[in-house]
Amino acid sequence: MTNSITDLGESDCYLITGTNTTENHPVIATFIKRAVTQRGAKLILADPRNIELGKFAAIWLRQKPGTDVAWINGMMNVIISEGLFNEKFVAERTENFEALKATVSKYTPEYVEKISGIPADDLKKAARLYAKSGASAIVYAMGITQHINGTDNVKSLANLAMLTGQIGRPGTGVNPLRGQNNVQGACDMGCLPGNLPAYKKVTEDADRKPFEDAWGVSLPDKAGLTIPKIIDAAASGAVKALYVMGENPMMSDPDVKHVEKALKNLDLLVVQDIFLTETGNLAHVVLPTAGWGEKEGTYTNTERRVQRIRKAVDAPGEARPDWKIITLLANRLGANWKYASAEDIFEEVRKVTVSYAGITYGRIEKQGIQWPCPNTEHPGTPILHSVAFTRGKGLFSVCEHIDPAELPDKEYPLLLTTGRILYQYHTATMSRRSKGLVSRTPQPFVEIHPDDAAKLGITHGDKIEVSSRRGSIEVYAEVSGRCDKGVVFIPFHYSEAAVNRLTNTAIDPVANIPEYKVSAVKIRKVA
Amino acid sequence: MVITIDGRKCEFTAGQTVYEVAKANGIHIPVLCHHEQIKPVGACRVCVVEVEKARSLVASCAMPAEDGMVVHTSTPRVLSSRKLSVELLMTQGHHNCITCESSGDCVLQDLAYSLGIESPRFDNPETYRKLEDANEMIVRDMNKCVLCGLCVRACNEVQVNQVLDYSGRGPRATVGPAFGLTYENSDCVFCGECVRVCPVGALFEKQGRFQGRANDLMKVRTTCAYCGVGCQMDVNVKENHIVKITTPREGVPAPNYGSLCIKGRFGYDFVDHKDRLTKPMIRVDGELKEATWDEAIAYVAEKLSTIRKEHGPDAVAGLSSARCTNEENYLFQKFFRAVIGTNNVDHCARL
Repeated sequence: MTNSITDLGESDCYLITGTNTTENHPVIATFIKRAVTQRGAKLILADPRNIELGKFAAIWLRQKPGTDVAWINGMMNVIISEGLFNEKFVAERTENFEALKATVSKYTPEYVEKISGIPADDLKKAARLYAKSGASAIVYAMGITQHINGTDNVKSLANLAMLTGQIGRPGTGVNPLRGQNNVQGACDMGCLPGNLPAYKKVTEDADRKPFEDAWGVSLPDKAGLTIPKIIDAAASGAVKALYVMGENPMMSDPDVKHVEKALKNLDLLVVQDIFLTETGNLAHVVLPTAGWGEKEGTYTNTERRVQRIRKAVDAPGEARPDWKIITLLANRLGANWKYASAEDIFEEVRKVTVSYAGITYGRIEKQGIQWPCPNTEHPGTPILHSVAFTRGKGLFSVCEHIDPAELPDKEYPLLLTTGRILYQYHTATMSRRSKGLVSRTPQPFVEIHPDDAAKLGITHGDKIEVSSRRGSIEVYAEVSGRCDKGVVFIPFHYSEAAVNRLTNTAIDPVANIPEYKVSAVKIRKVA
Repeated sequence: MVITIDGRKCEFTAGQTVYEVAKANGIHIPVLCHHEQIKPVGACRVCVVEVEKARSLVASCAMPAEDGMVVHTSTPRVLSSRKLSVELLMTQGHHNCITCESSGDCVLQDLAYSLGIESPRFDNPETYRKLEDANEMIVRDMNKCVLCGLCVRACNEVQVNQVLDYSGRGPRATVGPAFGLTYENSDCVFCGECVRVCPVGALFEKQGRFQGRANDLMKVRTTCAYCGVGCQMDVNVKENHIVKITTPREGVPAPNYGSLCIKGRFGYDFVDHKDRLTKPMIRVDGELKEATWDEAIAYVAEKLSTIRKEHGPDAVAGLSSARCTNEENYLFQKFFRAVIGTNNVDHCARL
């Protein structure tokens, strides 16, 4: 997030898109709901599903899945043509405005309506509300990113914020909500194939040098493979060994059949986890680890706040913290690591990660600190880009609408979109082992519009088969108005009906994110 | 602007209540239906104080401070009224502290004790209401409800879930979901905010029942294991077992200020699930067989060495975890880059 969670409570206007916030970030949703109900803040919701936040929305834009660049360009078209953009901000803090202007000129509300299904008048109202409000915040999540043009979707939102100067101040910003407890930290720590800690590039000599000095080795200078490419390389035999720590690609990756084939082709699959996952079932070696509540360390949340986790109970049996296992293995392979505690490791992190340099366990004993925090006197940074952008001037990117990789057709007439629900979590290894959570959502389901259900003779609670070109699963029908006609939604938590058996492996060329939000399926009632 | 509380001059800013000014100056006024994140209603009358020139006692939690106001917090008149209020609350239902989950962490218990109420002057009602414990997470014991309304207001003002409200009048007045539905059958999403703010034992965590009370429990402050919000919470531990997750009623820092969702508050029991892995395993003849740590690490190290030697470091790849700590993620990528010699390291940020 460019801004902070607390700060979201101060916005005058929200543009919320691709995040079912009340279900997936419920506590962040409370800040937004309070602002709307208690302070009169206005909410613009852009979501293909009729989610809970719709009840709080002043304007609901129901775009067809996969048309985000179009409607965001459309908002900018209205803002520019009605003179509502922030001339001063554009002049002083951005570049490439003329190219943006030229690109969005064809995205008139009427043109956008044809692509996205959003009524032209609603789009105009939304554009005016977002541009004119004192402080407007954009909030998004995987509904924006999990498309073959996910990168363009994000750039378009950034364009919109820069065009209106709705960034760098309290209550504004471009705020991605990160879905996992420490996905921000895993990225910050360099668990990305092209990035060392603090987003230093593996391909840049100057970026690599400090790490080579600190670690006393020379480092590889070629960017590595992203997950989808690792899976492909395992299938082709180029990757022979895969070490998986606390991940479950057999549930979380697209086209599970393909993943299974790839993992079975490995000479060595190591899975280090707290439960025997679907992926662990295929492993050559399984290593038991201490989980949350059983070890010390830090997580970094979606607002870049580095916070402590603490040991409350002992890990079961011989399970050990992941950092101890990695240290054992490294030393067995000739390293000479001497970490005695999580804090020891964090002290090394501080030395090589400039954004974390000022953060110590002592300083975050009671309250976390938001990076960048360059020294121990620095209070942390609640709002990014208040004076300048990372690259200096903000660059308007030119983005054009493209169709999703796989759209419904005669054979597969429905558009499938996937995601999470309030009562389960990701691949559900934890949440389906929790009594309370299981009691709320015991079985896999598909949300389907009443008209589509009626056409197929399906009633609420029926068992139905959903198939794509890649596979099929059986789920129970949840007939409701949440999805539009022609669209169905299935959560990806249920291994007995893993929706990623159906999803498409098409990926965004830059971020390599799979297009989980759009694929084509057909359904039938199971006799 | 200045008010005088118990003879002390206290500065304040416009909009502060008498209670807030007193608290800021270290002067204790007991409260029950008050909460710092919720609009004051002055319902329970426990926080009454005497204000010079006022006609009657005033609820300090709801009374805005005014310049020159003179306040007394513990005159005989105040104490007598406070005692009567607490006695009435105590006789509104059945407050059996012996097996109450909130014993040791109960505002009513503390008030009765500090006011020296041996036993209230009034009779308890004859009716005894059945506990609502059909769901797996929250038990409602309406015998212990004092109608402070904090659950209703937290549901509407803090979480804005708009599920709870008041209903009925007089002795039949109650709080809960519409139409007298159970939590289970209502629109309740089990965020547990009502349990957090309940000042008595009317709402409590089902799975922690009879597992340990305030004085038996060690609280360990940590960060939630689920989504990226990073809510701060207390793991309540007794004898190496997680009894429940709580957040203090007040004074919890950003980002969540004490609020949680169902996963954070009630989704902790996976930790001691019987399926937990407890021993390393190596696949032998197609089956995973238990092994020692030494055997497992030696096996992995040898295989990795061989593959690296025969096919180069880029034949090895690692998936790190958005679920693990910063420290573990840092070591994981360092292991792949500095020890194996490949940048083939990624995690599920995209998935």
